[in-house]
Amino acid sequence: MDYIDPHIHMVSRITDDYATLARMGCVAISEPAFWAGFDRGSADGFRDYFRQLTEVEPQRAAQYGIQHFCWLCINAKEAENVSLARDVIAMIPEFLDAPGVLGIGEIGLNKNTRNESIVFLEHMELAIKHDQPILIHTPHLEDKYQGTRMILDMLNGDSRIDRSRVLVDHVEEHTIRAVLDDGYWAGMTLYPVSKCTPQRAADMIEMVGPERLLANSAGDWGPSKPTAVPDLIFELRQRGHSESLIRKVVYDNPREFFAKSKNFRFTPRS
Amino acid sequence: MSSPADASTLLDRHFLEVRARLLEVAATLDRLDRAQGDVSGDPRKDQLDRAIAMLADPEAGRAERLQRLFSRAYSEDWRSQMEL
Ligand SMILES: [Zn+2]
Repeated sequence: MDYIDPHIHMVSRITDDYATLARMGCVAISEPAFWAGFDRGSADGFRDYFRQLTEVEPQRAAQYGIQHFCWLCINAKEAENVSLARDVIAMIPEFLDAPGVLGIGEIGLNKNTRNESIVFLEHMELAIKHDQPILIHTPHLEDKYQGTRMILDMLNGDSRIDRSRVLVDHVEEHTIRAVLDDGYWAGMTLYPVSKCTPQRAADMIEMVGPERLLANSAGDWGPSKPTAVPDLIFELRQRGHSESLIRKVVYDNPREFFAKSKNFRFTPRS
Repeated sequence: MSSPADASTLLDRHFLEVRARLLEVAATLDRLDRAQGDVSGDPRKDQLDRAIAMLADPEAGRAERLQRLFSRAYSEDWRSQMEL
């Protein structure tokens, strides 16, 4: 089955992973800007990263028949440095018209601090000013519930936000309903260890239904499995779910959400 | 939405895996008992005890309740607390 991974950090993966994804049926991916594993020292470091996301990575993906899209921001971890974050936010508009840039992301919270919240609100302003969709990272483990509620408070508190153009990622059993009930898209992230498994993601689909729901691998430089979405497809098939339901979650929904961006030009396989 | 899966097939699939995980929990609790010192005052031990009790609750939504148990508290007036 053709599928789309809406959240994967391919700059951290080797070219063999592109080949594996292609063999598994991956036809498109979107890559949110995130933490590189170390704090970058200047806005120029981010400018180079954004060039990698908008120029280099799409070419690498295209060699395997995969269409590459991306999201730009300074991630929550480095956003603790507010003055650096402001420099990066000021530079982002240089890239917003580049082909394949879908919007602002993955912004969010990490430790749910005041500085992270300030930078989140300033990213929201940037997205509103430039009419961009938003992709949001929610914190992990014990910080997830509080952080997700704080993020929803900030989004809900601004009437200029079009909720149908916002994706809140890394939802789990205790946050998925709040995100969907408030009218946002929700992304489930499948991790091989410690966090959400393909089985629990399938459970969540059964609990809330497939509307406005996406699934991703969030593959990056840490322990992760780039082929986690095919694992979910297999789990749903084993339970007897219809191909149309599976396709909705792993292909139709990402296409529908990405189409909210003016830079989304997708050619389905014929 | 419900699940099209057959309950007894699911139990076949997951029985050994769940049995193994329960054994891990039981053995870890035994290990804690044998160890020197005492964690009975540690809030994490209390969380684990409450989580184990939650599993015995026949009401659906166990995973969500467990998630909430392991979550930091959220307070609605965080913005005024942070002066934001
Ligand atoms: Zn990510």
